[in-house]
Amino acid sequence: MSGFRFSRLRAVAHKEFIHVFRDPRALGIAIVLPMIMLMIFGYALTMDLDRVPLAVWDQSRTPQSRELVSRFEGSRYFSLVASPDTYRDVEEGIVTGRVMVALVIPVEFGRQVASGRKAQVQVLTDGSDANTTTLALAYADAVVKTYSQEILVEKVRRLTGRPPALPLDLRFRAWFNTDMESRIFIVPGLIAVIMMLIAALLTSLTVAREWETGTMEQLISTPLRGSELILGKLAPYFAIGMVDMLLSVLAGRFLFDVPLRGSLLLLFGVSAVYLVGALSLGILISAKAKSQLLASQFAFVATFLPAFMLSGFMFDIKNMPPALQAFTYLIPARYFVVFLRGLYLKGTGLAELWPQGLLMAVFGAAMLILAIRSFKKRLA
Amino acid sequence: MTDAAGSYAVTLRNLERRFGEFVAVNRISLDVRQGEIFGFLGPNGAGKSTTIRMLCGLLEPSSGEGTVAGLDIRTQREEIKRRIGYMSQKFSLYDDLTVEENIDFFSGIYRVPREKKAARKDWVLDMANLQEHRHTRTGLLPAGWKQRLSLGCALLHEPRILFLDEPTSGVDPLSRRTFWDLIYEMASQGVTVFVTTHYMEEAEYCDRLALIYRGELVALGTPSDMKGSLMADQVLSVSCERPHEALGVAAGLEGVRDAALFGRDIHLMTEDAGDLAPRLRQVLEARGFQVGTMEPITPSLEDVFVSLIEARDRADGSQQEFKA
Repeated sequence: MSGFRFSRLRAVAHKEFIHVFRDPRALGIAIVLPMIMLMIFGYALTMDLDRVPLAVWDQSRTPQSRELVSRFEGSRYFSLVASPDTYRDVEEGIVTGRVMVALVIPVEFGRQVASGRKAQVQVLTDGSDANTTTLALAYADAVVKTYSQEILVEKVRRLTGRPPALPLDLRFRAWFNTDMESRIFIVPGLIAVIMMLIAALLTSLTVAREWETGTMEQLISTPLRGSELILGKLAPYFAIGMVDMLLSVLAGRFLFDVPLRGSLLLLFGVSAVYLVGALSLGILISAKAKSQLLASQFAFVATFLPAFMLSGFMFDIKNMPPALQAFTYLIPARYFVVFLRGLYLKGTGLAELWPQGLLMAVFGAAMLILAIRSFKKRLA
Repeated sequence: MTDAAGSYAVTLRNLERRFGEFVAVNRISLDVRQGEIFGFLGPNGAGKSTTIRMLCGLLEPSSGEGTVAGLDIRTQREEIKRRIGYMSQKFSLYDDLTVEENIDFFSGIYRVPREKKAARKDWVLDMANLQEHRHTRTGLLPAGWKQRLSLGCALLHEPRILFLDEPTSGVDPLSRRTFWDLIYEMASQGVTVFVTTHYMEEAEYCDRLALIYRGELVALGTPSDMKGSLMADQVLSVSCERPHEALGVAAGLEGVRDAALFGRDIHLMTEDAGDLAPRLRQVLEARGFQVGTMEPITPSLEDVFVSLIEARDRADGSQQEFKA
């Protein structure tokens, strides 16, 4: 039996490089698509709530009510967009979506606050978007509570001559993402999703194309071995994948201002392992489908959806039903998302992240072996 | 079997391939001598490609045995692949690669030694007459040129046996002729050529022929054997005015197996031309046809194959009737 020959692998790799560089479609998928995805998801997929459009109906028009309004205006979470003076106007604002939160200060507000009695303010929100409403309400609650507390403190100071010591004082600090910007959290995970999709999409076409054009029959008639063919086909896409990785890291650093706290070398090392798994999965799909259209569609569904929905990138795995949670262990993006977030945000290394690294290596090796085995050197 | 395999380039013993219920190749046995041009002839779907694919290690036989270059087609497929050249029916080089890049790729796959690479590439470019087009994208070449390049790529590693599956289908007649000149050249250098075709004039170029029909071997021999002894029927050529109408009359006569127009003449297949000729002349003249010459001729290969295939159909038909 003739053994594995590097020279044959090199011949395949060289040919594949030529295919890729002469095919604008492949180059588009390879370079343009990941950048577009990074832009779209990086900028659009924000879970932060800033500058909630606010309408204020100040019926009181007193120094006290103006103070409350100015506190809302001063908060970066709200921006005053309307000052209606009827419930009709308030309702219209919310219905049309120009206003998300409406603050209604009753006529007696100023008088009640001044005289130290309990005063009420009304907050109306658009409940059709439950998530945003919950956040907006929490912001409004915080603004009102702070003001309320200050009134109380002032009152005590006037009575006793010194400000009271508050019984509890919460000092809050969010580690690793001090400003709590979701961008910092999303971009590293996004890299895992994009790499999975692009890698599998690229290779999903290669074997199927040889079947469609009939060149596979010619290859089978030669002494070429499965390992030489598959590894040769992986080579150029691996190179492209690493370039994509580099572009993503650069975009993360300079476009999205996401600092990398961990080791750059480890980042690329682990990406290489992850990439081999994703590329091999694409080859496997391609070899089974034998048609480019079917293969690319299947690759899209088999990689993008799980990586997006079930990797912990978008939705917390702990909140999923147990059966779905068990399924997520099969999705390599799950490990890469954790790895990337650890590396980017916490600066952790292999000491903490070795289980994820190991599982990605297992996935990569398994996919590579399956991909090589998928080449049968037989027509039927 | 090793004895036979030693002196023959290809041997087949009861080779069979089924796809589910369908028998694509039905127990074929034959031997191909070293250095001969062996034609594998038959209509589309007869099982030609299936047979050639089994020989080249692309398909596994369902039963039976075979050797190529003395190696077993079941157990030594990869060994065989290093010693043969194969050209599939469908054009199978890379369209987006240049002529030279395609040659380099197959040179790499066949592991042509480094010191020989340049010389082999030149040889292919000369042979295919593509020296000036070495940097042209292969997809832009005319069909005939592509075929020559395919042949060249299949010969890079100097195989002793060449398998060509309908190498000239879809190629214009002039290019077809040029292609056969290349095949002759290979054969003169001692390369065994196993070629499938459904072009009758190409069959004439072969040293020996196998006729295959519905997966079965119908006849085996040299082209002249086939035209002589294998042909049970005689061919009577009749020249006559209004041949189209005369054909209808002649076909209805007793003793006429088949009737067809060949140019302005009518060819009639019959068991006994001597008996038929006077009767035919009488009938035609009675109907007012002006009858010219009427003579038995040497059948063309096409006549032979039509006759053999129809004989096979009749035999199958009577068998079916018998079964019913």
